[in-house]
Amino acid sequence: MADDGKWRAAEGSPVPRAIASPRIAFARGLLLFFSVPAAVLFSTALGFGALARDGGFTLAQAIFLAATMNALPNQVILVDQLARNETLAAAALAVTLAAMRLLPMTATLIPLVRGERPRRVLELCAAHFIAITTWIEGNRRLPGLAPGLRLPHYLGIGVAISAAMVLGTATGYALAVGLPAVVTGALLFLTPLYFILSLLATSRSATDFSAILLGCSLGPLFFLLLPGLDLLATGLIAGTLAFLWGRGARPSRRPWHE
Amino acid sequence: MGMSTLQDGFGGYLALFVAGYLATELWRWLGMAVGARLDLAGAPFQWVRAVATALVAGLVARMVIFPAGALASVPMAVRLGAFAGGIALYFGLRRSLAVGVAGGAALLLAAQLVRG
Repeated sequence: MADDGKWRAAEGSPVPRAIASPRIAFARGLLLFFSVPAAVLFSTALGFGALARDGGFTLAQAIFLAATMNALPNQVILVDQLARNETLAAAALAVTLAAMRLLPMTATLIPLVRGERPRRVLELCAAHFIAITTWIEGNRRLPGLAPGLRLPHYLGIGVAISAAMVLGTATGYALAVGLPAVVTGALLFLTPLYFILSLLATSRSATDFSAILLGCSLGPLFFLLLPGLDLLATGLIAGTLAFLWGRGARPSRRPWHE
Repeated sequence: MGMSTLQDGFGGYLALFVAGYLATELWRWLGMAVGARLDLAGAPFQWVRAVATALVAGLVARMVIFPAGALASVPMAVRLGAFAGGIALYFGLRRSLAVGVAGGAALLLAAQLVRG
């Protein structure tokens, strides 16, 4: 753990020090309801709620989507597609293409929460909460915890962030088009800012930093070249280049968890 | 299939369950299957992590450069300036997420209000 102290200090100690039991770890996760990422997600979910109302969905349907899908960009895509009278199959295809990003996120987070013995049901619950926000927060907070506390802590984070999403959706639905466009624009701007700052905060290796740089550069390019598949192409190509470059720069010197 | 068939009944929820929940959750289940075989210290894990990181970074760039909704009416120069400003505030002021996120959004808001 030689690297760990420096890493934590660099991000303002996101890991609570006095976590003693799984129960406390879960409760500390719940506290993330009162955090910057929860506030950002709440603000973004306002927009989703308003969009769902605009598209003719009921409040209950909007909340159902937020709670079951737990992935804001996908919710927006589904509501947008159905509101434009696309077929259900076309909507499902667009949603599932956008959801592919969850595979690498889940594949890298689940080994992190896995304890000594497998706890399949709880791991399945943990997987359900995986979205960009919780993936980022998990990467920030879990490596500093004892392996046995990671799963409960992550479940707490998941419940808290999901609650912020549902609450934001309901509030946005109630407010609907009450906000001036200037304010809505600023609210929409919170999400990319939070994502990029968290990625930078969590980055520790040459691979991480080059993945961010290459992803930011190739993302817009692939959006123009391969709309619909752009995120997948960006992830695979920029990620592979960053991985290879990181290996060349410092061959396997710094395993990610220490 | 328009919204008319998606009313508040069971059929509507079933449609949302399949096209929304299952279409999304499927990839989390596949991710679990892949993750079960990954060792945290191994090279395959490093690669999948780099892919996930690059993917999120690509999404960020897309959201800023090709935004949807109300953000699209904000000029590109203002978006890029406020984005860079938020990052600068984050690194300049004790690496605080709150300062970086709120500061960047405030810059965007201020620039828009000044422009009228």
